[in-house]
Amino acid sequence: MSSRLLHILVDSFPKILIPGLTVTIPLTAISFTLAMVIAIAMALVQFANVRGLKQLARFYIWIFRGTPLLVQLFVVFYGLPDLGIRMEPFPAAVLVFALNEGAYCAETVRAALEAVPEGQLEAGYCVGMTWGQTMGRIILPQAMRMAFPPLSNSLIAMVKDTSLAANITVVEMFRAAEQINATVYEPLALYIEVGLIYLLFSTVLTWVQRAGERKLGAYETQEV
Amino acid sequence: MLEIQNIRKSFGSLEVLRGVDLTVEKGDVAAIIGPSGSGKTTLLRCMNLLERAGSGTMIFDGERFDLSRVSGKDAVRLRQKTAFVFQSYNLFRNKTALENVTEGLIVARKMPKTQAEEIARRALQKVGMLDRADHYPHQLSGGQQQRVAIARAIAPDPEIIYFDEPTSALDPELTGEVLSVMRQLAEDGMTMVVVTHEMGFARNVSSRVVFMEDGGIVESGTPQELFEHPRQPRTQTFLQTVRGPAGKTMEV
Repeated sequence: MSSRLLHILVDSFPKILIPGLTVTIPLTAISFTLAMVIAIAMALVQFANVRGLKQLARFYIWIFRGTPLLVQLFVVFYGLPDLGIRMEPFPAAVLVFALNEGAYCAETVRAALEAVPEGQLEAGYCVGMTWGQTMGRIILPQAMRMAFPPLSNSLIAMVKDTSLAANITVVEMFRAAEQINATVYEPLALYIEVGLIYLLFSTVLTWVQRAGERKLGAYETQEV
Repeated sequence: MLEIQNIRKSFGSLEVLRGVDLTVEKGDVAAIIGPSGSGKTTLLRCMNLLERAGSGTMIFDGERFDLSRVSGKDAVRLRQKTAFVFQSYNLFRNKTALENVTEGLIVARKMPKTQAEEIARRALQKVGMLDRADHYPHQLSGGQQQRVAIARAIAPDPEIIYFDEPTSALDPELTGEVLSVMRQLAEDGMTMVVVTHEMGFARNVSSRVVFMEDGGIVESGTPQELFEHPRQPRTQTFLQTVRGPAGKTMEV
């Protein structure tokens, strides 16, 4: 490797990592947190069969799972200004990622809720608890335990998907790498470098997932 | 204390309960026996509002309920006076044995945690499970899980406990430990309605036996009346089937 290339890689490393820590990670964390709120709400209205809300949830999931994430970003950031709705790049990205991820995770949470045996809800009723109390204390905790591995999967996928925000001018890791490349023109080295930093982030999340699963494994789920 | 009048229930076109009447007095241990599919379990589930009856009236503590349209609020209030023990235990899988017992006290009855734990420990002691208080359900045997489920049932001091085939899911060598706990409860004067296949329990522990077939009560009486002198031919046939050729019932 030439010393120039080495110099570029070393020099660019913090310039890519810092937007990673200050933009990619907050973008992922905020969007995913909102996505979880949306997912649990959408899963619950379907599970509880709330008329009207259930159909609304199905419609929302249909739209956001059925169209490309990139298209959704463009509609919100470049399209909505036509209707007078203008957003800064970062909040626009948060909005789209949260809605998109929420649609996928809603299905994960719904499947997990349905996998909790009916007897758990009946047992909750029989000790005198209401539907809401039983959901909150018995059913949802068990469902979230089951949903934890697939939801971790979604989170890891999302870290990488945030690179699409570069297309709506959010200067996250990938756009930072692009900007450096525009001045030094070393695409192979720089794009591999940014790829490795994504790999680093994903690896850390994989460890966190393992630790989380161990912690949650205090009780096993068993069929009775 | 509890009176059921003319309860009917259908699943689709299948009529499971065809107008059942049942009266339970305080301190009664009523055993409901009968062949599979006779509607025993459905009757019990309708009584605790786990199934909505097509029609029927329940009088509980002098209060009258139309079983076909009990409000959610009334259902919660009624269930706080009763307890239910399931065939498949249904312990909360994300809670320890102790938490399984305290949950209904703390969450449903708003009892302070320390008081609830004290009551729960007494209940677990009573069923011989205090040393497993911190175990999760999956760490317990079927018989142990069912004993914890009984502790969960007795802890709030209910007016009546419904048992739905409490030993049917257990290996034969584990049924004894559950039956002896139930026997102890009966001796303590607990009001119980027990759907069971354990003829020994029905005969030796219950104060009254109800024989059901085809969604209706065929005959009921004291264990002696029903087992020694069954009046109805259908009861006689059923008893012969479960006794087998030796004509004996298992002792509990």
